[in-house]
Amino acid sequence: MNILLDLFLTFAKIGLFTFGGGYAMISIIENHCVERKKWISHDEMSNMLVVAESTPGPIAVNCATYTGYKMAGFMGALIATLGMAVPSFVVIFLISMFLDNFLEITIIANAFKGIKVGVGILILNAGINMVKKMSKKKKAVIIMICSCVAMLAINIFAWNFSAISMMLIAAAVSLILFIISGGAKQKGGEEE
Amino acid sequence: MIYLELFLGFLKVGFFSFGGGYAAISLIRDVVMDYGWIDEEMLAYMIAVSESTPGPIMVNLATYVGSQQAGFLGALIATTAVIMPSFFIILIIMALLKSLLKNKYVQAVLGGLKPCIIGIVLATGIFMLFGTLLGSIGAIKVNVQAIIIAGILVASMVGYQYAAKKKLSPIILIVISAVAGIVVYGV
Repeated sequence: MNILLDLFLTFAKIGLFTFGGGYAMISIIENHCVERKKWISHDEMSNMLVVAESTPGPIAVNCATYTGYKMAGFMGALIATLGMAVPSFVVIFLISMFLDNFLEITIIANAFKGIKVGVGILILNAGINMVKKMSKKKKAVIIMICSCVAMLAINIFAWNFSAISMMLIAAAVSLILFIISGGAKQKGGEEE
Repeated sequence: MIYLELFLGFLKVGFFSFGGGYAAISLIRDVVMDYGWIDEEMLAYMIAVSESTPGPIMVNLATYVGSQQAGFLGALIATTAVIMPSFFIILIIMALLKSLLKNKYVQAVLGGLKPCIIGIVLATGIFMLFGTLLGSIGAIKVNVQAIIIAGILVASMVGYQYAAKKKLSPIILIVISAVAGIVVYGV
């Protein structure tokens, strides 16, 4: 199949089945772009997530642009991003035109209650898979556990502290450790 | 002019919303209220719809607000504006990424960011799932239907893995969860 068409259809499918924000999409992108199409590797996927999380805009759009550009340059990026946005656009546009009480339709409300459980499982599953594949160096494991515990506390107690500030702290800690450990004098990064 | 306002308003949202849809919601509220497009109650409803329909929440909200304000063209303009910043920022980063990744300081920063994001995803999954099944810490409420659905989903995943020696597609899982919701909450 033509790569542009393939990109469009794959990301349209990802866009159509992504509920509940960017993290739920990690499982679907991993399943399609890494495992089936082999467009990107696991390592690229985690680089892509770092880039997506630390840049503005919807994570799904960031990922589509990234993968599309890698596979087919500017046109690829454009087509993949378009593919990702078209299903939401069409669905929301139809709802806003024709359905004033969308959420009061019982069957839709019930389906969504089920989907909410599914989304929770997908995100947890994505997290567990990422833990399995991550670097098992002591530093990485400690940062991962601290971030997880801190994020849980932030969620549970509804603290006003964003994920992006936490990422800044993690990046700073990692950079400082690298410099203190004299890594700056060695060739190559500590992650090698 | 409403088209220009929609474009500028959502361009701002696209530019400053770090960390995904939920972080963007407060930014969208500010922009929408500044321009006086819709009232608080309508916005709350639109957010709920955007969360329950597929696709990025920001794109959904942009389409919704744009369409309410100025029809099809309004929806198109708002959606394009919200996507544009991330699109171009990613293109620039992609162009620089190869040389950036060779830098050992960038590697050191990535060495902190990657595990941090994994921790965040894990925490979000745990929090969401427990929230749906058991309510919040302050108000624990065992949700029997949700637990039944979670049981069905986990059984499907494990069963499929065992029978087909392959992972169940996340898309199929979403479809099963929707059907399970209709059946379990419907009866």
